[in-house]
Amino acid sequence: MCLAIPLRVQRIDGALAEVELGGVTKTVSLVLTPDAKEGDYVLVHTGFAISVLDEQEAQETLALFAELEEASRAVEEQAESDEGQAPEA
Amino acid sequence: MRPTIAMGVPWMDNKITMAHGSGGLLAHELVEQVFIKHLGNPTLSALEDASNIELADARGQLLGQPVMTTDSYVVSPIFFPGGDIGRLSICGTVNDLSMRGARPLYLTAGFVLQEGLPLEELERVVASMAATAQEAGVRIVAGDTKVVERGSADKLFINTAGIGLVPPGVQVSASRARPGDVVLLSGTVGDHGLAIMTQREGLRFTSPIRSDCAPLNGLVADMLATCPDIHVLRDPTRGGLATTLNELADQSAVGIAVDERSVPIHESVRAASELLGLDPLYVANEGKLIAIVATDDAERVLAAMRQHPLGREAARIGRIVEEHPRRVVLNTILGTHRLLDMLTGEQLPRIC
Amino acid sequence: MKYTDEYRDPVTARRLIDKITARATRPIQIMEFCGGHTHAIMRYGIRQTLAPHVRMLSGPGCPVCVTADTDIDYAIALAHLPSVTVATFGDMLRVPGTRASLQQAKADGADVRMVYSALDALEMARQNPARSVVMLGIGFETTAPTIAASLVQAREMGLRNYYVHCMHKLTPPAMRAILDAGEVRVDAVLGPGHVTAITGWRAWEFLPRDYHISCAVSGFEPLDILQAVYLLVDAVETGEAQVANPYARGVDADGNKVAQQLMEQVFQVTAAAWRGMGEIPASGLGLRPEFAAHDARLAFDVPLPEAAPTPQHRACRCGDVLRGVIEPSECPLFGKACTPARPVGPCMVSGEGSCAAHYRYGGTLDG
Repeated sequence: MCLAIPLRVQRIDGALAEVELGGVTKTVSLVLTPDAKEGDYVLVHTGFAISVLDEQEAQETLALFAELEEASRAVEEQAESDEGQAPEA
Repeated sequence: MRPTIAMGVPWMDNKITMAHGSGGLLAHELVEQVFIKHLGNPTLSALEDASNIELADARGQLLGQPVMTTDSYVVSPIFFPGGDIGRLSICGTVNDLSMRGARPLYLTAGFVLQEGLPLEELERVVASMAATAQEAGVRIVAGDTKVVERGSADKLFINTAGIGLVPPGVQVSASRARPGDVVLLSGTVGDHGLAIMTQREGLRFTSPIRSDCAPLNGLVADMLATCPDIHVLRDPTRGGLATTLNELADQSAVGIAVDERSVPIHESVRAASELLGLDPLYVANEGKLIAIVATDDAERVLAAMRQHPLGREAARIGRIVEEHPRRVVLNTILGTHRLLDMLTGEQLPRIC
Repeated sequence: MKYTDEYRDPVTARRLIDKITARATRPIQIMEFCGGHTHAIMRYGIRQTLAPHVRMLSGPGCPVCVTADTDIDYAIALAHLPSVTVATFGDMLRVPGTRASLQQAKADGADVRMVYSALDALEMARQNPARSVVMLGIGFETTAPTIAASLVQAREMGLRNYYVHCMHKLTPPAMRAILDAGEVRVDAVLGPGHVTAITGWRAWEFLPRDYHISCAVSGFEPLDILQAVYLLVDAVETGEAQVANPYARGVDADGNKVAQQLMEQVFQVTAAAWRGMGEIPASGLGLRPEFAAHDARLAFDVPLPEAAPTPQHRACRCGDVLRGVIEPSECPLFGKACTPARPVGPCMVSGEGSCAAHYRYGGTLDG
């Protein structure tokens, strides 16, 4: 379970924050993530931020996916040239 | 169709609940098992958006192809971003007539007002109805008002009935989709329902989402001018795009394949839906239509739609197929396939 | 939309699916313990696409599915009291107790209101001092801290008319119960990403240690799920057992300490009644004595629910479905007496319930 959506912290006012996603802004509680700062992305579940997203980890995961793409493409190209596919005239 | 025998749990069936009003499966069953059961006749039972009626002169000569429809409006709050209950009451009925290809002509308007409703609010609603009727080119020719005690109605309810004329050569019906046809959608989905939801108490969010509530008869007229032989038109209101496609699949006894990537959705609608755990494909629209046309007519009709202000974001979203008759299958954004079922009760926001 | 769209790329999804199907040399059974995963897997057609190489089993991770029907009856009884307003998340409205659902009770005149957050229920209590507002505390470790926070706030505000009917459950004991019962072969566990944001991934170390089963903590976007499934398939094939955390952007080893501390302050671990599974020791949460003034179980003159839930309908096999013992289609009521329109058991009511997901997304495509 656990619908939790990543939203960006726009403004903090005490224990509350205004967060934003796709033009929609919402007021949520930062009671569970007191260290969240403006500009951070937080996972929000039932009106509370439960975790601050780690940008660097996110980039690393995406980089893994990119590597996967490159590796797969390399394998495909190799397979094609093995089969002696002639390029289009 | 789906099994409707309710075995074993009678307590859930002897009262009306909100789920019966959401336009999904329970609502359909209510229509079949209570209304059609007693009132059914070939015209009513066809369950079209507007029904064909016959008017004949003294010699029995039929006069044109008139269609009639009725709808009631109970939305709360009565004023919402992009519209109000008055505008909705005109658009809804104008659109039902338009979905048969008819030119809407005359409407009636009946009001049930709650004691205590501020006159200023009533006037705003009625002024909005007048403006919308003018925009649509229809005339309101009969009306009625009743007042009920505080607590019996949520501020005000409106019923409108409408009559229109279908031009010769036009035969738009929910049962005319054929394998090979193309499914077109006139624009973004989820706007109206989400606009209403954002007004609910306790939601604590602000959004730029506005209801798309609009009269579609102008758009339909342009489309028919390009292609008189449009097979199906329907506006995806309660229950959303998914429910409406299921209705059409069932009424035409065909399968429908939808490409999820091609369904236009505004970014803020997507965001709000994610936040609430709702699926925009099941959210009501009040200014959009689905058109099903023969494959050779698709490009032309799509072009005509995009020329009209209410069809700028029109898109081809799917095809009518022979496989999986009466079912709608979604080709997901991932490229996998899954069933796109009809809404059963209400779509409730979830935490899970 | 950031942190969302990038994790839905169809090309990468296809690559991951191909990797998974190539890596599995025999059918692998992965159990997920999170209704959100059931929902996402169905919504993106992942289940069908990975079969038969990987069989995704749905465990008891849907909080509404596992809430005892007698707990729901209790909530309904409270809602019928003249001065009580029951506040609940939407998920719970249509779940049947032994006789009726909260939505049905609402139709009968009970004061039941849907909220999106415990904060809404708090606000409702603040604005209506003459009414007693009872918040239904359902959910696992993700939701429990939010309810705890609301109770602390209620106490700070001196809000005496705010109560919680605490039905929270804990994930690790449920996992142990399923594995110990040995009714179904679980080769690996798809870890619930948002529960783990609270608990930290060390909470799953018992799986490789005590059961020699791997756990990969998974987010809820399709690429998150596929990546986690791949890691699990790889681990099963190599014969290693470990906890992996591909959801590192949201989850770390030790979790959310502030949330854990709040839970510790407000709740104590108790035995809990799980629908379809009976009572599991040390698997639920109850309010500590310091919060007794806000405990709905103590405040109202309504008989407390019995400890052992009884099956609501004799033929209902939600319990077996929840434990992964049978597929929804093997339940005699599935698709006949029990459909999303007329659900008999909770697995069909909730959008994340295994049966509802099967009925909606999977049914006809299989044949």
